[in-house]
Parts: sequence; structure tokens; C-alpha cells
Amino acid sequence: MSVESQLLRFTTAGSVDDGKSTLIGRLLYEAKGVYEDQLASIQSSSVNRSTGPIDFSLLTDGLRAEREQGITIDVAYRYAATPRRKFIIADTPGHEQYTRNMATGASTADLAIVLIDARKGVLVQSRRHAFITSLLGIRYVAVAVNKMDLVDFREDVFNKIQTEFMAYAKSVGLKNVAFFPISALEGDNITEPSARTPWYKGPSLLDHLESVDLVEARNFTDLRFPVQYVNRPTLDFRGFTGQLASGILRPGQTVMTLPSGRITKVKSLPSYDGDLAEAYPPMSVTVCLEDEVDVSRGDMIVDPNHVPHVSRRFAAKLVWMHETPGEAERDYLLKHTSQTVRAQISRIRHRIDINTLAEQPANKLELNEIASIQVETRRPLFFDPYQQNRITGAFILIDPVTNSTVAAGMIEESTAESLEPLKLGSLEFTGETEATVTPAERYARAGHYPATVWLTARQDLAVLLERKLFDLGCQVHILADDRESHLLPELARVLNNAGLIAICSIASPDPAEAERAARLARDNRFLLVDPQALPVHDEEASEVIMKQLEDRNVLRRKERFEVGEGI
Amino acid sequence: MEPRILSHLRALEAESIHILREVVAEFANPVMLYSVGKDSSVMLRLAQKAFFPAKIPFPVLHVDTGYKFKEMYEFRDNLAKELGLNLIVHTNQEALDAGTNPFKLGTQKCCALLKTRALLDALTAGGYDAAFGGARRDEEKSRAKERIYSFRDKFGQWDPKNQRPELWNVYNAKIEKGETIRVFPISNWTELDVWSYIELEKIPIVPLYFAKEREMLVRGNGISPIEHNYPIQIGEKPEMVKVRMRSLGCTYCTGAIRSDAETFPQLMDELVHFKRSERENRIIDHDTEGAMEIKKREGYF
Ligand SMILES: Nc1nc2c(ncn2[C@@H]2O[C@H](COP(=O)(O)OP(=O)(O)OP(=O)(O)O)[C@@H](O)[C@H]2O)c(=O)[nH]1
Ligand SMILES: [Mg+2]
Repeated sequence: MSVESQLLRFTTAGSVDDGKSTLIGRLLYEAKGVYEDQLASIQSSSVNRSTGPIDFSLLTDGLRAEREQGITIDVAYRYAATPRRKFIIADTPGHEQYTRNMATGASTADLAIVLIDARKGVLVQSRRHAFITSLLGIRYVAVAVNKMDLVDFREDVFNKIQTEFMAYAKSVGLKNVAFFPISALEGDNITEPSARTPWYKGPSLLDHLESVDLVEARNFTDLRFPVQYVNRPTLDFRGFTGQLASGILRPGQTVMTLPSGRITKVKSLPSYDGDLAEAYPPMSVTVCLEDEVDVSRGDMIVDPNHVPHVSRRFAAKLVWMHETPGEAERDYLLKHTSQTVRAQISRIRHRIDINTLAEQPANKLELNEIASIQVETRRPLFFDPYQQNRITGAFILIDPVTNSTVAAGMIEESTAESLEPLKLGSLEFTGETEATVTPAERYARAGHYPATVWLTARQDLAVLLERKLFDLGCQVHILADDRESHLLPELARVLNNAGLIAICSIASPDPAEAERAARLARDNRFLLVDPQALPVHDEEASEVIMKQLEDRNVLRRKERFEVGEGI
Repeated sequence: MEPRILSHLRALEAESIHILREVVAEFANPVMLYSVGKDSSVMLRLAQKAFFPAKIPFPVLHVDTGYKFKEMYEFRDNLAKELGLNLIVHTNQEALDAGTNPFKLGTQKCCALLKTRALLDALTAGGYDAAFGGARRDEEKSRAKERIYSFRDKFGQWDPKNQRPELWNVYNAKIEKGETIRVFPISNWTELDVWSYIELEKIPIVPLYFAKEREMLVRGNGISPIEHNYPIQIGEKPEMVKVRMRSLGCTYCTGAIRSDAETFPQLMDELVHFKRSERENRIIDHDTEGAMEIKKREGYF
């Protein structure tokens, strides 16, 4: 095996006793991944549930409880290498009770081998695992129709299972599905074509594992670099460390940091082995930036031309993994790339029936259920839909009381900025919920974030402020309507949604309306200007407000033009 | 242009560095277990890379049974100086003073006192909330079951039937006071990966891994080093044998293997043709069926 061989991570899936562990044991054995002492130890073992001389499942079922019960409980990781590839294998349990361990093994896999017992056909659990395989975005599926020795290697049995599985695979969106008639126990079509299936013309399972394409799966275009840790050994070195989720990093490249939205350039990519000329996924690197920008763990360095979604609300698919049911409006911790935030399931849209894929109403999520939900987080996340990016689209939920990992989530899309539709008189802005143009995208075009400035009894100042912001290149608009001041919060919100800065100029103080405006502004920066604290001269006062907008990262005076150029 | 695909070693390296940084970012007081062996040597290099140009930002703990090879102690102290490590050595002195050794108490009891007990005491004494270990899943079948972040209760114990799900590279670092996480950054490396990486990166390792004429006691298939007054029976005589160690533990419990592998290419060649696992010569792993799982439940790495 050379240093240059490639890594393929694959997982097993399928119902209990379909022969997953036996298959992996057999593969290891055939790929010379088993040492004599290990083989001797399983040969002399007091248990052998197989009908052959060696119970290969004992090679991966490493826990005593597993050997005693003859089932896999938790995922086992095994390793094998051929001259062409190096494999990291996750052998997962088929038993429904341990679905979370199956999900653990499958989450990092490039390929899943779904086993089906030739005698039993496609079972509920085969479907569940196929569904999870699809949810987790595993690119390749190899369906191993196992125990062909027990059905006399009949082609019609194989074909029937193939047809049935394919129908399900299509409905859950699985791609790249290949079928193999095998006997894990007796070794047919595992490493070499079997003489007992002359009707089967395809490659052996191992051939397939060695040849699926790995390069195509990578995304080199949309830079996503979640900052893990800021390395500051000396005052003049500040390195942002992390593992590239997608895209490419090069010195000199223009990048944007989130959430600040600042634009800067990559200065260098220092490493123990010297400065790098380029970094690509999944490399773990250190990035130094040209400017002194405030970046910390949980922030993300991205491509300003292809920004991720930035939102506190999004829709996701969830696999519930704990005995305590999941409920809406309970507090959880959500860990997404390198940031952990407080979060709630704001709504359970529906639960999905594994068998029929029907969407059913649910107010709780039980162990191993799969559901479509709405999430709301305390701070905004920077994400992409999971099917586009397996790193920036994934999250886990942690119970803040027990610290258990209770769910795995796959983000689908960002949704509604507000939960109830925004109403303006008889107008209802339901369009908000379907928005696909994200705030970050608007930001990228406008060069500033939206904001609402709430200004009381300073009409002239409002006019001056609008002029100054406009001259800076900002999109800004004054809202001043004394008679309809109760509509100002909603109007400001609409302007904010469009990416604008709204200056609400109010004649006399109205704390209730100000409070409502603040609530409606949500993620948008809301600036309640305290008239008492403001200089009397409009010029000075406008500077104070501009400074506050800068402090809130709404705009950046210094780099404004650079932003425009980058887009 | 070169295709942008990492070799499997570089992919493993990237994964391990991500883990190291994640722990340093999320835990208050991590420590790295350092056993002076090949896996620890790889872990140290990965830590150097993860935090370059800074020094390794956590202490390095050697749980010393007192029965290690002389060459290991020399190597350890030199390396600590060279890398500027904050090296902490912990020994269960009380047990040693009471004369604990495998001949008197048996290997299980000896290990429990000098390794597991010493380790748990050292972790408590340092108030560490996370401890890196160089264990690999390919070493042994209960290790194949372990998470990268392995949760331990207040007594340092592992509950293999109730592990936290661990998805993607999103690790759950939440624990209560007194609980700890054992972290295995090189979980997915095999023995061959470790050696390939040591060669590729020119990582210094204890010379005991290479073959040399050494004074040994040969008993049937077993070849034992005779440091620390190995009890020699009447009629037995040490002899010079060309051997090397495949895995380094205590002198009493580490068997040597006959070998001519003096250089890397020879060693790699030998490795590819090995028919038996590296822990085979570790006496402690074979006391009973599932011995490792039992020890791990009790707090062993
Ligand atoms: N005849 C025959 N028996 C098989 C074959 N593959 C597996 N078996 C037997 O089927 C039983 C279950 O095999 P396992 O490998 O433990 O099944 P598994 O899918 O890993 O089960 P879980 O991990 O518990 O879900 C064992 O008795 C195996 O010996 C096969 O190809 N032919
Ligand atoms: Mg199994």
C-alpha cells in the first residue's frame, strides 16, 4: 500500500441478522486485514452462530454483550487496505433500538452497503436505514442481497428484491445504487465473481468499493472555513485555525468574515511544514488575514461572492436519538460546525412514516423517529442546505440538563424571519416565508446590513443622517408619518427585509411602539437613539449615530468601496 | 494541476488536527497522555502541527509504572527538553513501595494499580477535564467500539452500552464537574499508517522499535527483556538475540520479537508481512476473554 492511496469511508446498513458483521468479517479476512492470533481467538471462541467453521461476525462484534446476545449493539470501526484504496469501515447495528449508533457510523460515510436477507426481502428496518442513508447524504449505495446460498443463488429472488428496493430508493432520492448477489458466509461475489451466480455479470463488491469516484464529491467553489480556534502565541501572530469544509484558500484571496461581514484578504497560510500556496478540503489549516479583524471561534470565513445563508430560523430534517421525546419550545443546545448556541424546535412540521413516507402530524418526537421541523436559534448560524454541504448543513442537538446528544439534524433551507406573517393594514407579507434571497446575499450586494434607527423629535437630524448614509453608498429611507406612527415598526421591517436602513423619525416619544419595532427588527440591527444622550448639534449627533451603526457592524466606512468591487 | 485529493495519510492527519483543536477550544484543562511509544510520538507531532507556531498548549502526562525501559526514560526526557513540553510524570509510588509487581500480584492487579489507578489519580490531581490518548481502534476489538470523544463518569469508567451518538465531526463536549472525556485523535489510524507517517514525517522514536542484538531471556516462544531484575530461574541464562519491540509497555510484560528490521524500509516490509497482531506480545491483553473491555470499563485507556 502506498502513501498516496485514497481513503474511502463506508458503512453497513440493514435489518438485524442480515449478515452485516459477517460480511465485514469476511471482507477483512479476504483483504488480509485479520491477524492469525485474532482469527485463532474467534475460532476458539465459545460462540459460533454461523453454519460455517468461522463465525466472521465475531471479528467486529467486540463487546461481550454483543457476543453473548449475537447482535451488534454499537458501531465497530475496522480498517482494510488494498493496493488501490484504504478503507475505514463502520459496521453498524441493525436492531431498531440502536438506530442512533447506525446513524453515528453512517454520518461520515461516502458509501453505504445496505444488506438484505435474500429470504426475507426488503424489511421495515431495511427501509429505515435506506432512508437514513439518503438523509445523511451518502453518495453511493451498494445493496448486498445476502445469504444467496440459502435461496440456491436464484436470479429471480435477486431480481425481485432489486425491483422492490429500487422503488423505495427512488422515492427517498437515493442515487448511485448498485446491487450484488452475495453470500457473506461462503464468500460469493465478495472479492471475486462467483461461479454460483453465472447470471450475474457485474463486478464483485470489493471491485466496486475500489472504483467509486471520490473526487467528484468535493466542493472546491464555495469557501466555507469555520473558525475553530484562534492561535495567538505572540502579539503579532493571529492565526485562525480550522478544517476547510469546502472551497479553496490561497494567499491574496478576498474573503468575508461572518458574522461581522468584513471584507479582507488572506495574508498567508502558515504551517509546520512551511507556508502553503493553497489549501483545499478536508485540510486542517491556519489562516492569517491582512487586516486586524475581530474573528473568534464560531465565526466563518467565506467567499464574499457565494455567501452561506445567515439566519436564526431554518427548516431541517431530524433523527431523534434519545429515549426522552423531543418537544417543541424546549431549550436545547445546538452545535453546528464550531459554534454552540441555544435553540428550540419552534415547530414540528410532521413526522415521516418510514414505510410509506407519509407525513403525519406529531407533537413529540420519539426515539428513532424522523421528522421535518423548524428550528430557531438564539444567534444566527451560517449554513448551507445539507444536501449541498455535509459540514455546514449538519448539526446536533444536546440536552442542556443531561448533556446527552439527542438528535442529528440536516438543514434544508432558511425560512421565515418572523413566525406569524407580517401584517400591514390589510396587506399580509406572506412572501417572507418563501424567501430564498438571504440576508447575507442582500448584504453582499448592498455592502451593509439593514438596520432600523429609531429617532425621536429630531426631524432635521433624520434628514442629515439619511443624506450622509446615502452619500456613503447605503440604501436608506426615512419613515416619518406622525398620523400613522403605529405602522412604522412594520414598515421599517419591510425595508429591513429588503436590505435597507430605515430611519424612523418620530415626533414625540412612544416607548410601546419603539419596543414593538425592536421586536420586529429581530436579527436586523435595531438602534434606539436616546435623545437625552445625543449632542444637540445635528452634525455631531449624526456622527454619534454613524459610529453606533459601525459598532453594530451595520456598515464599515473604511472599506465600503472594496465591498462594491468584490461583488 | 495536481488533483486536489488528499492522500489517506494527509486525510487522517487533517482529521486528527481538527480533533486536537476542537478539544483545546472547548475544554478548560486538557492534558495529553504520553506513553513514549510510537502512537504517542505521532500524537505529539500532530499537536505541534495543530498549534504551530505556538508551542503545544497543554501539559503532557506520563503515567510511569516505574518498569519502563531505560531507553524510554532517556528518550522521553530528551524530547521534553527539545520540544519545550510541560511534562508531568505520575507514579503510584505507594503501590511501588509496597512492592507491586506482576510476579507477586499477577498482571491484572499490577496493571490496575500502576496504570489504571495511577492514571485516575493523576487526572484527578491535575483537575483535567479532557485527556488525549493515543489508542487506535484497530488495536483491539473493544477499542474498535470506542467513540473519538469517549465519555467517562466521575469514576473514570466507560459504559460501552450507552455511548453518546457521535455524528460527523460535531463532537459533544458537554460534561459536568468531575466527569471527563477521553479523546482519541488517532482513532482511525492503523499500525501501518502510524509507521508510514513516522517515516514520512521523520518523527523521532525510541530505538527499541528497531532490531538490534539485545540481551534477552528466551523461554519457549517468549523473548523477555531482563531490565529491572527480571526474575531468572535456575538454569536459565540470558543470551544475545537480534530483536525489536513491536509495541512498548513495561519491560516485564512486553515481549520482543525476533527481527532483522534495522531501517524503515525493512520495518515496513516486515509489517506488511506480519501475520499476528501488535498486541499479541502484550501479556496483559490476553488474561481473559474480553480483558481489554473489562480494563477499559474500569478506567484504563
Ligand atoms: N447461510 C448464511 N448465513 C449467513 C450469511 N451471512 C450471515 N449469516 C448468518 O446470519 C446470522 C447473523 O449474522 P450477523 O453478521 O451477526 O448479522 P448482522 O447483520 O451483523 O446483525 P446485527 O448487527 O445484530 O444487526 C449469523 O448466524 C450468520 O452466520 C450468509 O451469507 N449465508
Ligand atoms: Mg452486526
